Amino acid sequence: MSLNVENYFRNLLTDDVIFSYKGDISSEVINLILDSVERQTKEANDPSKIRKKVYNVLVESLQNLYHHADPVPGDFEDQGSRRFGMIVVNRNSSGYNITTCNFVKKNKVKQLADKLDKINKSSIQEIKEFYKFILHHQKITPKGGGGLGLVDIARKTGNELDYQFLDYNKEYAFFRLSIDINSLQDN
Amino acid sequence: MEPIIIEGTPKTPTVHFDSGAGVFKLEGRSIPENSVEFYKPLVDWLDKYKESPLPKTTVEVKLEYFNTSSSKCILDVFKKLEIIHKARNDVEIKWYYEEDDEDMLEAGEDYESIIRVPFEMIETAD
Repeated sequence: MSLNVENYFRNLLTDDVIFSYKGDISSEVINLILDSVERQTKEANDPSKIRKKVYNVLVESLQNLYHHADPVPGDFEDQGSRRFGMIVVNRNSSGYNITTCNFVKKNKVKQLADKLDKINKSSIQEIKEFYKFILHHQKITPKGGGGLGLVDIARKTGNELDYQFLDYNKEYAFFRLSIDINSLQDN
Repeated sequence: MEPIIIEGTPKTPTVHFDSGAGVFKLEGRSIPENSVEFYKPLVDWLDKYKESPLPKTTVEVKLEYFNTSSSKCILDVFKKLEIIHKARNDVEIKWYYEEDDEDMLEAGEDYESIIRVPFEMIETAD
């Protein structure tokens, strides 16, 4: 039986959730999500250092969905979403967590997993060097980023990127990326 | 040369590139989905400006946020300034960052290590 995306989304909604969204990730939707979460981090009176990290990670996470989410599988219930994505933002005493999910064609899974593993095995210093290397040496892609998003997230948070590929059907996996932003940063 | 004056939006920065003024400004947030589209006119403008630049060009960068998609475009802007500097013109990049914003300071230091133009890192109050 294939993954039930609706149930999976519902299971992510714990008491700590301050924002959640499931559907098409358009430029306008990104604006609304950024505004809403920024307002809440201000209202929560978090130090500006944490608020900025949350905002930066949120921008990169959402734009990763915008640029890289594959079109939805033909048997998926929401055929109206051009770029389908889910995002859940949690806040508790230890900090923030941002979880995103999207469809990925199975032939791209290995490449993405390798990239995430490479980042997770690197020290913070190696990640900084890696970032600078990509910035300096890779050509601007039509999407503009050249694959810096995940490296930037790892660099800004100093945390491992927790991820999982769930089996959806023969052609598609459902990718979950979960990012912690600690409330007390000491890196 | 016609100046480029662009009002900032929640996703794109305010731009003042005016060859009559000598101080160029890039301020605000730079987080568009398509950064190339936004920055290409600026890079093209600098490409023309470099043919007859002012004796001294100061560029003030006061960004609150920028996304990775903008980071390469900003590097492209700086590369044009590097060419102007190489041609024995005075060029300076003033990189502003808010107090406690180590990420923004480090981002400036990254550019400073790649681009051969004098940088000044300036801390501002929150």
